[in-house]
Amino acid sequence: MFPYLRIGPFLLQTPGLALLAGVWIGSSLVEKEARRLSLNAAAIYNLIFYGLVAGIVGARLGYAARYLSVYLANPLSFLSLNTNTLSVSDGLLIGAIVAVFYGQRKKLPLRPTLDALTPGLAAFMVALGVAHFLSGDAFGTPSRLPWSIYLWTEYRHPWQIYETLAALIVFLFIRKRPYGLTGDGLIFLLFVALSAFARVLLEPFRGDSAITAVGFRSTQVISLILLAGSLGLLDHWLRSGQRKSTTPEVNQNGLDQTSPRGNMVDKG
Amino acid sequence: MAPMTWPQDQWRFRILSTLVLIISIAWTAFSRVSPDAVSGNSQAASPREGFLAPDFTLDLLEGGQVTLSDLRGQVVMVNLWASWCPPCRAEMPAIEKVYRSYKDLGLVVLGVNTTFQDSESGASAFVNQYGLTFPIPLDRDGSVSSRYALRALPTTFFIDREGVIRSVVVGGPMSEALIQSKVEDLLKSAH
Repeated sequence: MFPYLRIGPFLLQTPGLALLAGVWIGSSLVEKEARRLSLNAAAIYNLIFYGLVAGIVGARLGYAARYLSVYLANPLSFLSLNTNTLSVSDGLLIGAIVAVFYGQRKKLPLRPTLDALTPGLAAFMVALGVAHFLSGDAFGTPSRLPWSIYLWTEYRHPWQIYETLAALIVFLFIRKRPYGLTGDGLIFLLFVALSAFARVLLEPFRGDSAITAVGFRSTQVISLILLAGSLGLLDHWLRSGQRKSTTPEVNQNGLDQTSPRGNMVDKG
Repeated sequence: MAPMTWPQDQWRFRILSTLVLIISIAWTAFSRVSPDAVSGNSQAASPREGFLAPDFTLDLLEGGQVTLSDLRGQVVMVNLWASWCPPCRAEMPAIEKVYRSYKDLGLVVLGVNTTFQDSESGASAFVNQYGLTFPIPLDRDGSVSSRYALRALPTTFFIDREGVIRSVVVGGPMSEALIQSKVEDLLKSAH
């Protein structure tokens, strides 16, 4: 684990660098995919940018809102670069709201946009695994396996490596555009389903899971719900795609919404 | 080789989905932790969030000794610093201010001087310059810095009443708002 890198007077946080690299690579992939899907690539790039900025600002405001009197007494602290005073959940929520709002304003079609975002999200998940590996967060449960690593006073499952590998497999699978799927949200749903399934399988080997009063791991339960939801929606969208396949339409972005794209077309 | 095609009929897809869901539900139930065993990592000592803070006993600059485990029941902030370190200098007034505001509510600040890479005279001059009133343990042999995996100065550990590290801030300077928010959180937690 190499959480910090000292270069002269500067202390660089390597997990942060890994995440930045994930955002950069992910954005490039999204832009490329948006062009391939004949979407407005500039608008989608802006959607990511505004979502990220809103997410960071929202994370700080969310944290500050919990300690309002403290921050009102020290208003300059709003501008602090310290990542310890960011509320990740608030940032994710606010970033997502702004991205959705921007997407609607620009009239970006929902399903193709989700598909365009998918390679970027999948790449970011790989970067997240690397960031966890560098920081030592998301460590595994104690174990004595040939591939166990010594971390935080014990031999443990190398959970960060499991996480990274799983994300990499999902990323490569998605990049192959299996079954010719693309452009109507199915790739996105497949990404959610696969990521959630991987998380359900791997979470029991994680050493810092939040555990509910009845003994279930919170992340595993949330992933299970996401898995069921994405599979259900996948089934629904496949069926609706099948019905639409008889009446081709072209939307205002010039994207044929009912072209084959691997929909569950009954080929007889 | 024939190209891959999406499952040809919806029943095949539904069977596959159902199978995946059954496996997931079964695995979630099977890997459930017994509520009696839910104790987290707080029994092991390690310098990271969620673990017991590694114990130490050190001489104090002002005389006497301090043992971290003797402070159980109080919220403890361990700040590792050196007199030559600019961010340590920058954040010390904020630490002193927060200490004065919250010490009567149960906050203890231990300003551990990394004496093995500083000097006692330098530490003493620093304490006088900033008018520090909290205890200054001296890490003369670097053993505490090593046990706390010190990678950069300053580094601060926020420890709850049970002796578990709840937050680690590496580098600085910390703003007063950051220190205050971390301390308030811990002071609010159940005794």
